[in-house]
Amino acid sequence: MEFVGQLQRQLVQFSHSLFVEGFLDEQFQQLQKLQDESNPDFVLEVVSLFFEDSEKLLNNLSIALQQQIVDFKLVDSYVHQFKGSSSSIGAQRVKNMCVHLRSFCEEKNLERCLMCLQQVKHEYYVVKNKLETLLRLERQIVEAGGTVPFIA
Amino acid sequence: MAQEFHVLAVDDSFVDRKVIERLLKVSSCKVTAVESAGRALQVLGLDEERSPVEFDELKVNLIITDYSMPEMTGYDLLKRIKGSKKLSEIPVVIMSSEDIQPRVNRCLEEGAEEYLVKPVKLSDVVRLRDFILTQKAHPPQMEHNSVKRKWRDESPNAGCSASTSCDHLRPPIPKRRKMVQL
Repeated sequence: MEFVGQLQRQLVQFSHSLFVEGFLDEQFQQLQKLQDESNPDFVLEVVSLFFEDSEKLLNNLSIALQQQIVDFKLVDSYVHQFKGSSSSIGAQRVKNMCVHLRSFCEEKNLERCLMCLQQVKHEYYVVKNKLETLLRLERQIVEAGGTVPFIA
Repeated sequence: MAQEFHVLAVDDSFVDRKVIERLLKVSSCKVTAVESAGRALQVLGLDEERSPVEFDELKVNLIITDYSMPEMTGYDLLKRIKGSKKLSEIPVVIMSSEDIQPRVNRCLEEGAEEYLVKPVKLSDVVRLRDFILTQKAHPPQMEHNSVKRKWRDESPNAGCSASTSCDHLRPPIPKRRKMVQL
């Protein structure tokens, strides 16, 4: 059971750091609160949907910004969607970067949009990695017979 | 609760639809979640292209819809519902990630019960459900449509129980936007 204890400590520390460093905000905690024995995979399901959705949106954004004549309205609608879903999941840094990207869209500043899109992508892949780590730790704890500590 | 509180949730975002569905279920509501205003009209029996006998029309107590949706916005859906003799009494709540006062005003003027700024929290949903149930039990005086009754924005903090009544509510930071003269 010492192994479980170790994993649990690791999870608490890791989770804490995600919030302190602003990768996740309280919306993610809201989602965690919605998970229970009747819906033990709720967070995993939402996060998986977010990943699927995000890959599509990032792809669409890249394509839209590569056109000869860029349709900034279309780009903006994709960013709006991405901002929405990242906000719903609590991916704070991604959301904030989307806000910047939107303002460059409004200015129709292609160069800035392209640069900012790279930053959005970066933030997304970082939080994706962190969420996968978090969920993996939780899974390991459960598989080792422990319970996942809820971090307030 | 004596009977099921049935909510129709409308949102084109997969993520948001999943979240709102869970929020509603946790609040002891029955949920039907659809991905577009068009689909919502179908299940409500307002779709002119199909005869009513093709669908078992849903009986809903509340419609909660995203504002920004492709093809038909939540605002347009609101107008259709409020313009329908059959369905105008059903409370409609608008959800939006954008906190734009003119948009809020427009929705409230059109008859929306509430304008929730996303991300929607559990406390918003519980408050909403309790408010509407209270309204049903004690219907207010009929008021002119353009003067929306302002629902006191008081709710307990997140994690409140399902048995919350309005009386002991503590005021939080209001998410709801009031109509403002511009």
